Amino acid sequence: MAVTVSPERDVVATPIQRAFREALYAGAIALGLFVLFIGLRTDQNINNELILVQRWALLGFVVIATAVGRFLYVGYAQPAMERANAEKAKAPAAVAEPGFVRQNFNKIGVAVLLLYPVAMVLAFGFQGSLKWVDNFGIQILIYVMLAWGLNIVVGLAGLLDLGYVAFYAVGAYAYALLGTHFGLSFWILLPAAGCMAAFWGVMLGFPVLRLRGDYLAIVTLAFGEIIRLVLINWREVTNGSAGVSGIPKVSFFGLVSFNVSDPNYIAKVLHIAQSGAYYKIFLYYLILGLCFLTAFVTIRLRRLPVGRAWEALREDEIACRSLGINTTTTKLTAFATGAMFGGFAGSFFAARQGFVSPESFVFLESAIILAIVVLGGMGSLGGIAVAALVMIGGTEILRELDFLKAVFGPDFTPELYRMLLFGMAMVIVMLWKPRGFVGSREPTAFLRERKAVSGSFTKEGHG
Amino acid sequence: MDVQASMNDFILQVEHLSMKFGGLVAIGDLSFQARRGEITALIGPNGAGKTTVFNCITGFYKPTEGMITLNKRDGSTHLLERLPNHEIPARANVARTFQNIRLFSGMTLLENLLVAQHNKLMRASGYTFLGLFGFPSYRQASAESIELARHWLEKADLVDRADDPAGDLPYGAQRRLEIARAMCTGPELLCLDEPAAGLNPKESASLNELLIDIKDNTGTSILLIEHDMSVVMQISDHVVVLEYGRKISDGNPQSVRTDPRVIAAYLGVDDEQVEEVLTEVGDEDVIEQLDTGPDSAHGPGNSASMMAGPVSDTVEHADEGERVTVSKGASKAAQVDARAAAIASKPAAKRSAAKAAPKKTVAKAPAAKAASASKGKEAAVKPASGKRGGRK
Repeated sequence: MAVTVSPERDVVATPIQRAFREALYAGAIALGLFVLFIGLRTDQNINNELILVQRWALLGFVVIATAVGRFLYVGYAQPAMERANAEKAKAPAAVAEPGFVRQNFNKIGVAVLLLYPVAMVLAFGFQGSLKWVDNFGIQILIYVMLAWGLNIVVGLAGLLDLGYVAFYAVGAYAYALLGTHFGLSFWILLPAAGCMAAFWGVMLGFPVLRLRGDYLAIVTLAFGEIIRLVLINWREVTNGSAGVSGIPKVSFFGLVSFNVSDPNYIAKVLHIAQSGAYYKIFLYYLILGLCFLTAFVTIRLRRLPVGRAWEALREDEIACRSLGINTTTTKLTAFATGAMFGGFAGSFFAARQGFVSPESFVFLESAIILAIVVLGGMGSLGGIAVAALVMIGGTEILRELDFLKAVFGPDFTPELYRMLLFGMAMVIVMLWKPRGFVGSREPTAFLRERKAVSGSFTKEGHG
Repeated sequence: MDVQASMNDFILQVEHLSMKFGGLVAIGDLSFQARRGEITALIGPNGAGKTTVFNCITGFYKPTEGMITLNKRDGSTHLLERLPNHEIPARANVARTFQNIRLFSGMTLLENLLVAQHNKLMRASGYTFLGLFGFPSYRQASAESIELARHWLEKADLVDRADDPAGDLPYGAQRRLEIARAMCTGPELLCLDEPAAGLNPKESASLNELLIDIKDNTGTSILLIEHDMSVVMQISDHVVVLEYGRKISDGNPQSVRTDPRVIAAYLGVDDEQVEEVLTEVGDEDVIEQLDTGPDSAHGPGNSASMMAGPVSDTVEHADEGERVTVSKGASKAAQVDARAAAIASKPAAKRSAAKAAPKKTVAKAPAAKAASASKGKEAAVKPASGKRGGRK
């Protein structure tokens, strides 16, 4: 917790006196900060002239709210917290047995994910469930998969990759172009897209092998931008910023199709009513399957020598070399494996959208994926899944919060505050849990008992 | 035939090794051998280039000149200066530890030892592909590697903490773990960079036991850098002494211990005490000349530290490409040599010296002469470098 370090002279003052003084300071700072932001607003009048609208009442309200908030915090909340901390320090550290939910977190999570579309259909009907399965379920799971893929590079191998979205783009365009031009099936192109992304992962890996830390981050960032600019400018192939449309839908291994016109359309095969929801539910289970594949491979790899070498590389590269580990191939496999899952997610994304354009692969996407990995706790699959749920689900749910219009007025659009809330959530989580939701690390092997390794021992890697 | 036999006798042969950083010569023309199955200690004052030698042997530096040959038990020979860094442990079976401990602190002790068996496990897991699908061959190899790790944890007396993170261990235990980790790579030559640094006497004694145990039971030869003389003298079979990147002594611990050059260099003897040292060692010429006063005409001042005088004294500046040598006045071992040479030439000097001069000055003169003679060689170089310096 961030507790203001009070100057020496404040010790003599009572909390209320101090709170009063700090409230005045806070109000003054708020006034100085907001006088131009809130107090004055530029607008146009009927004659298209620029005029200044004065909003002193709103400014006054904000300043007073700040001062009162500071007063309450310093006067009441802070002493109360100190008292609570002192009591906690006095009380013996009770080792609470983790509850049922915590013990079986993974099993419950898997069960909820499997039953989610069924529950949504039961609750809202086929048409009503569309939004919940597609906008929430599939959207979140795509990010879970991307973050799990990036987790291999950033969380395990400790290589800071700011251009991860490039591999997502490679996968998406691989499916979009090969699918539309050659009519190849999703099930052939999924591995192909993964391989292609892995190839580009190695391509990126080679030049950055000797770079570390900030330098690595800059080069990967540039790589992400290069791929996006190539997609925009290579018009003959990618159709530029207009994007590729008419991407074929995924079929159930060619047996059951989701195109209404096809003879083996699912409603005709199963003799049920037509609905777009079948495809969305199918896609949900498809991305869920891909997520499970990613998780399975990640968990398995961590217990294999290559996964241990990744983590060792994050901890100390020089020691790795002294033990005969080829750090070059180890880094390249990390880049390739992470990129491959990005490619899988990309080809799924193209299939789901039916349309791809370079707009979808901007730096912000890389930043969001990286933020999810960091928030979840680097290296932990469960934490990252929760972080994706909070981050992506949280921003999606803002669209649903219509009651906020009643509070803030009819022209309030909560979606516009997504990034603000995103940032606030990150700051809060980083203060509260600097190592992410799950800061500890599961050891990959044990002699007697499996004890989680506290986050204070693990390193973030040097890039 | 004889050469062949001796080739196999030595596990490591360092020949004419030089390492230059820009103009600074960190190691100059160093040659030594380490015998198979022995503990060879590499000692010398701070900055003598011991760790640089280690870094050359283990591939972290590529030497400027010279050859480092490793003869394996199976008769194969590796030229270490040609192998890439990571292949030295993997193919030549040379393992090392670091002066500032480098453990994987966020991984458990067991995991640290499993990472050390990376190459073996990689092959067993079919370069990940077989392992990914859980083939039984990998499972067996994995179980074996855990057994090997347990073996070394027991040897290092750390088996109780096998599942704790390595960063949580106390300092002495971290040192032992690093040695255990190096041993898990199955090395023929184990290079230890100051294994006893920062250990208390009890820990140091248990470290000695561990090293002796490694030597006796695994057949691994050990090369170690150490400052702790109790460790060096107790366990090493052979000692090589470096000063300013050059070898000044080489032999068994007893002979090295009594070598006046070593004592002067390693223990940082003051100029004034050089004679005392020689006396203790039993140099008769010095005993005869005991009444001669100390020579304060040259060399560093009264510093009694391990470091030889102020830096300006020890290293001549040079511009691009020019070799920087340590001036003769700085090397304590060289001083001892100069002194011995001076004393040897004393009778002749006495005759040529002015009769009126008191005895003490007479004795001092040849010493100064000898020193200035050795300095004279450099003096020839100095003006040139001085001119260059002026151009800057």
